[in-house]
Amino acid sequence: MSIIKVENLVKKFGDFTAVNNISFEVKKGEVFGFLGPNGAGKSTTINMLSTLLEPTEGTAMINGFSTVSERDDVRKSVGLVFQDPSLDDKLTAEENLRFHAKLYHVPAQAYQHRMKEVLQLVDLWDRKDDQIRAFSGGMKRRLEIARGLIHYPVILFLDEPTIGLDPQTRAHLWDYILKLKREKQMTIFMTTHYMNEAEFCDRIAIIDHGQIVTLDTPENLKKGVGGNIITMQSRDKRGLKVELEKMGHSKIKDENDSLEIEVEDGASMLPKLLREVRTPIDTVGLRKPTLDDVFLHLTGRKIREENASGKDIMRQHMRMRRG
Amino acid sequence: MQFFGATFTICHRELIRYWRDKVRILTTLIQPLMFLAIFGSGLKQTLAQGNFGVDFIQFMYPGIIAMNVMGVAFFSTVTTVWDREFGFLREMMVAPISRSSIAFGKTLGATVIASSQALILLVLAPFIGVKLDIITLPLLFLFMFLVALAISGMGLFISSMMRTMESFGLLMQILIFPMFFLSGAFFPLTSVPTWMSVIAKLNPLSYGVDAMRQILLGGQIPDQILAKFTINTIPVNGLFLLVFGLVAVSAAVVVFNKRG
Ligand SMILES: Nc1ncnc2c1ncn2[C@@H]1O[C@H](COP(=O)(O)OP(=O)(O)OP(=O)(O)O)[C@@H](O)[C@H]1O
Ligand SMILES: [Mg+2]
Repeated sequence: MSIIKVENLVKKFGDFTAVNNISFEVKKGEVFGFLGPNGAGKSTTINMLSTLLEPTEGTAMINGFSTVSERDDVRKSVGLVFQDPSLDDKLTAEENLRFHAKLYHVPAQAYQHRMKEVLQLVDLWDRKDDQIRAFSGGMKRRLEIARGLIHYPVILFLDEPTIGLDPQTRAHLWDYILKLKREKQMTIFMTTHYMNEAEFCDRIAIIDHGQIVTLDTPENLKKGVGGNIITMQSRDKRGLKVELEKMGHSKIKDENDSLEIEVEDGASMLPKLLREVRTPIDTVGLRKPTLDDVFLHLTGRKIREENASGKDIMRQHMRMRRG
Repeated sequence: MQFFGATFTICHRELIRYWRDKVRILTTLIQPLMFLAIFGSGLKQTLAQGNFGVDFIQFMYPGIIAMNVMGVAFFSTVTTVWDREFGFLREMMVAPISRSSIAFGKTLGATVIASSQALILLVLAPFIGVKLDIITLPLLFLFMFLVALAISGMGLFISSMMRTMESFGLLMQILIFPMFFLSGAFFPLTSVPTWMSVIAKLNPLSYGVDAMRQILLGGQIPDQILAKFTINTIPVNGLFLLVFGLVAVSAAVVVFNKRG
């Protein structure tokens, strides 16, 4: 059974089409990822699925309810962690949860038990009476996840759950998310532009300019790229490229300081290549394709520059300021 | 039932936030004292011999209450702008509750804060020479509440449209001044130019001052003199404030629905 069913969804802001005719389905218990660069339309899609925005065209059914005509049922079915922070920093962790539980009609006698359960899940039980302003970014994010769970939603929406967190905290957060999937068979719909996070998903849709470019499991997507990627660095990068092209390699990508060649069987190709190439080579490497390569392969662009974009830095800054 | 539950929850949060903010508590405590000190002693000396036929402090007192209620009520609705800026508004917007319970909850919170602060003024009245009849207190407090409701509703409507704290602050500055001076607090509105009385007719504060003055001075001064200041009867004033508050909150709900 599909717990999320989206058909020909469109969102326009004036003349600008942020989400352009997307369709997909998510099965119960799946971790489904939306992967795409800044401005691809990920948050806009989540906002439509969670009833915050009305679609311009198309329909979305969540847990069997229409996001337009059965809003309250949809709202009760989903837990949301927004891209931007949304806790009340003057309240304690417990008060934030209580507020949420009341708005979602969690029965009073069930509240204590659930509050303890979700706080223990994210390891914040011993901090429950602390005000949020004393929390670190990672703790706030974990509390937001706990809050999104306290009304026992059937789907959890996570909009860039790890943005602005350090790698260690991100890894921790992922432990919690995967624990949810394991222990609660929760359906999770998440967006990200961190490639390595998309790997945790059962299936991912790659979205660019408001359209779904492809949708499959991470393994299949990577298989689609080819066997391996050989990277080579040379002082004469241009000469190397010309030479490789003469040898019949067509899938060569020019990275900042190296060349990347898509090959079928890298392990046997590499020695052959090294024997034949005349241009001096400084370093070589062999790796499996990543989702970065998938994105590059499909769109001809990198999903994001190595360094965080300006918008991202600003966001992190905002998080700290709000901290 | 769910409507009241959600309204109460949202109102409760406003009160917790107020309670945690020591600066806000302090200023709302000090402001009325300051007002009474300045108006009570300063104006009394210079204006006591006015030709109102009534002690000036008695005449001014309802205006001082109204001014305080207005300031606190307006300021308390700024939390909506704050919530939008800091993301908490979305948490409420996406909950399975009606937008009107969000609007009423916030308005009720501001109303409770503003009217309870005005209680301090009632307690202090005897110390600055305002004669209060105990019997009038419940009615007086009812009008403090109604003024607080009307102004909170108005503040909520404004803050629902504002994106930044700065613009909200500026607009408040511009509004507070004319609303106060055209409230009948300083001079009666019975013999002012037409344009002034038109503005005064739209100004919820003038209805509050009008009613509270009748409640306070009734029985203390001759009816003919009181009639000279009076514009509407007490029930009409009350009804206007109530309707004004409800219309303003409804307008805010419309904005919430449209803008999210
Ligand atoms: N309310 C709005 N009015 C006008 N344009 C909007 C609005 N919301 C989003 N957009 C535009 O729609 C596009 C998609 O935005 P969206 O926030 O969905 O992107 P995203 O994929 O979530 O990006 P990011 O990774 O930066 O969060 C962007 O170009 C954005 O500027
Ligand atoms: Mg986004």
